Amino acid sequence: MAIDQDTVMKVAHLARLHVSSEQSAALAGRLSDILNMVDELASADVDQIAPLAHPLDVSQPLRADIAEPADLRDRVLPLAAASEGGCFLVPRVIE
Amino acid sequence: MSAWETVIGLEIHVQLATKTKIFSAASTAFGAEPNSHASLVDLALPGTLPVLNREAVNMAVKFGLAVGAEINRRSVFERKNYFYPDLPKGYQTTQLAEPIVGTGSMEVVLDDGSRKTVRIHHAHLEEDAGKSLHEDFHGMTGIDLNRAGTPLIEVVTEPDMRSAEEAVAFARALHSLVTAIGVCDGDMSQGSLRFDVNVSVRRKGEEKLGTRTETKNLNSFRFMEMAIRKEVERQIDILEDGGSITQETRLFNGDTGVSRAMRSKEDANDYRYFPCPDLLPVMLSEEQIIELKNSLPELPAQRLVRFVEQFGLSDYDARILSSDLATSDYFEAVVKLSGDAKLAANWIMGELAAKLNAEEKAIAACPVSAEHLAELIARLKDNTISSKIAKQVFEGCWNGEGSPDQIIEARGLKQVSDSGALQKMVDQIIADNAAQAEAYRAADEGKRKKMFGFFVGQAMKASQGKANPQQLNELLQKALEG
Repeated sequence: MAIDQDTVMKVAHLARLHVSSEQSAALAGRLSDILNMVDELASADVDQIAPLAHPLDVSQPLRADIAEPADLRDRVLPLAAASEGGCFLVPRVIE
Repeated sequence: MSAWETVIGLEIHVQLATKTKIFSAASTAFGAEPNSHASLVDLALPGTLPVLNREAVNMAVKFGLAVGAEINRRSVFERKNYFYPDLPKGYQTTQLAEPIVGTGSMEVVLDDGSRKTVRIHHAHLEEDAGKSLHEDFHGMTGIDLNRAGTPLIEVVTEPDMRSAEEAVAFARALHSLVTAIGVCDGDMSQGSLRFDVNVSVRRKGEEKLGTRTETKNLNSFRFMEMAIRKEVERQIDILEDGGSITQETRLFNGDTGVSRAMRSKEDANDYRYFPCPDLLPVMLSEEQIIELKNSLPELPAQRLVRFVEQFGLSDYDARILSSDLATSDYFEAVVKLSGDAKLAANWIMGELAAKLNAEEKAIAACPVSAEHLAELIARLKDNTISSKIAKQVFEGCWNGEGSPDQIIEARGLKQVSDSGALQKMVDQIIADNAAQAEAYRAADEGKRKKMFGFFVGQAMKASQGKANPQQLNELLQKALEG
């Protein structure tokens, strides 16, 4: 499967990655190579095999519903670019 | 008759009443200082791993069992990728292809007493995002991650509802169900239940569904009803003008009653889901499911049927009295103590509900205890007081003047049933109103009825409302007609 530069730019936007048009040409080639390999895998006959969500044959361990202190804000807020009133501050987002 | 049919499907986010978050041990308590309940996992610090809360799984299963749904013995968490500042991981951990709860259904009793079945497509477990605060930060947005990671089930219905009333009736029934089985505190003001409504319209008789819009995040039944009505109107106007509906997400402002399209996010629906490599499939054993099934209390729908059968209530009365646990418990306590379901129902839905409404009180905070209401009903039944006097006694109970017996005693409200005393009073009234009594005797049957009321009124006045009405009627009749 071949990937064009437009697809590269779209995926880059979704992942919030800055990709220049020069880079996108090279990336299109490399991503196409990767997908070609996936195509090869996809050609294997797996009709009789259940989809695999996880490679380990174990199920999810569960945790008891008991609260533990989790007040880290005096330690994490100073790491943020901006904070006020106990909140992280970010450029205004409104919908 | 409108030429249009409305089609509504709902997605409901139900906040689960666990003590801790779905993937971390941070508290889910509401109202804490911003970011004081955000653990390393909730903050999405690198190297942290989620550990699933057993109680969240149990609550999701309980919900599934309560709506008769398939419970999937294996379910899988996936990552839904998008960027938003209140989602620090850059993805929401949710379920998609293999949700924990499969197809089910709920039967809803509508206002006119008819029943409606709404199919549930599935329900899945997921985490809530944090909160974005747009005010008070001088042009910036504040992020509080206390809510991030709060466990939710998202319940998705089939597009089975045909009006705003049906959608609201379903929403209320769901609210009573999740609170009754204890998986949600039901506090709408704190966002414990949030509704997304998918609305479309089509010409009556048309098979194909119209293009739908989604109005997000409605957190009250009233707003939900308003939003649906407005949206239906808007769509019909567009279509009748020859336009077409754009599939979009809309926001509804409850204060202004106006909805608008959300700024359309390009590629917004390209969430690139994939199974979460940090979480293993969730497996449920038969024993676990049976144990959870046995732990379910009586469901509101079952209680409704029981109230009809056991107490002979109408569907409508039974629906109101069974809708929440506090009301049903109160009702059953009054019935048990007074032995009269019909009077108990009438008083709770009448006088009591009116008072609670007027003072915006929940039944749990009702100043008239079930014992007092039962005593009041008992005094009505044994003719100690008339129903008119009973209302005064109820007022007294509400105002904390004591038990009905104490109030009846203190205010001297006992009904006069002593036939000697009543006879004396009746004789006096007829003597005082001899002309009217003559006129009564001369009048024909039709007119007598109206005139009789005059004597009753006089007697009630003389007895300050305390005369036993039945006895009084008999004595008056006898005296007048000889």
